[in-house]
Amino acid sequence: MAALGMQDIKRRIRSVNSTKQITKAMELVSSAKLRKAREKLQKTRPYFETIGKTIEEIATSTKGIQHEFLNPREIKKVGYIIITADRGLCGGYNTNVIKTGLSHMEEKERVSVIAIGQKGRDFFRKRNYDLDGEFVQISENPTFTHAQSIAKLAIELYKQELVDEIQLVYTEFISTINQKPKILKLLPLDMATDTAKENEEKDKGYSEFMSYEPSPEAVLSYLVPKYVESMIYGALMESSASEQGARRVAMESATDNATDMIDKLQLQYNRARQASITQEIAEIVGGAEALK
Amino acid sequence: MASKFHLEIVTPDRVFYDDEVEMVVLRTITGDVGILKGHMSMVSPLKIGKMKIKKDGEIREAAITEGFVKVEEGKTIVISDAAEWPQEIDVERAEAARERAEKRLESSKENTDTVRAEIALKKAINRIEVYQSKKK
Repeated sequence: MAALGMQDIKRRIRSVNSTKQITKAMELVSSAKLRKAREKLQKTRPYFETIGKTIEEIATSTKGIQHEFLNPREIKKVGYIIITADRGLCGGYNTNVIKTGLSHMEEKERVSVIAIGQKGRDFFRKRNYDLDGEFVQISENPTFTHAQSIAKLAIELYKQELVDEIQLVYTEFISTINQKPKILKLLPLDMATDTAKENEEKDKGYSEFMSYEPSPEAVLSYLVPKYVESMIYGALMESSASEQGARRVAMESATDNATDMIDKLQLQYNRARQASITQEIAEIVGGAEALK
Repeated sequence: MASKFHLEIVTPDRVFYDDEVEMVVLRTITGDVGILKGHMSMVSPLKIGKMKIKKDGEIREAAITEGFVKVEEGKTIVISDAAEWPQEIDVERAEAARERAEKRLESSKENTDTVRAEIALKKAINRIEVYQSKKK
């Protein structure tokens, strides 16, 4: 019995060890990818922030202007853009984004989804949600062109009144071990944010002199799609860095767990080995004793 | 010395320019606009075209695609999809893009892609022009 146990343990060690090799390799790959994604994120953040700030200032200083992107409509259907990963093995990354999205959604009939990433698409498709669009295989290396095509689709849906509000669900990259799912309202422009209010106070008197060439409406028609594009691009970048960060952490702990497990099994194996040797000696001694 | 103001040009993949300048000339959708210090506050979309930046009496040119400009007191921000100095322009790529766009314009009839092809053509021609003006 002891010998059989030994065989089993040995096989177990071998299998855990090969899993460990895989997780270790994945950890290394995702650290490299994470570094790249972070560098890219660092470069795009200024753009993302500047455009966000500018649009807020403009929106607050153009009060009284009638524009389809500014005026809230009665909400019959809400469009959600949900950014997930194409692949799993990244801890709670995908579930967290999807859960955050779900908790924000109302009844299923009043929701439509633009899914980015295979995981999110599969989730919403399986549950028969209204899918307006899907973009897969881009989450790891998003480009501005991807963001543009997503934005084009979203704006088209909004313009045709197929959706009355657009929410963007993504994961904000805070640090390698800390990522936070976030929801951002893209359309219609929400002017009641805190910073907007601050600007309003500060800009009183000043913003009235702001001139818009050729007209405020024309500027907004151009600017708002641009804003949506860049927000989506920024969110894609944040999400891709978060994905790699989450995967790295998940793989690191998987590797650690495997090491612990191997240690434990090794100890068990040694004990079993020793027990079988002891037993063997006892048997020989017993046999010799009987011959006397 | 002429008085200066702060100019910031940001594109999705980098901060293209961030410095004190004397003058910047931009092509907005209503025409070329020269901005000096003390220009009135203004926001305007930009067209594909050349951009001139004057700093310490020296004028530098750059190619810029669609975007918009926001002028404030003492500070001007340009946000664009892409901006390039002449030495950064890949002329061969621009030439290839021009040919491709021209071909597409010839072959396609009434379809939506003509708009895209036209924009691509404009961008390519603009890049080639900026590159050539620098060489002279």
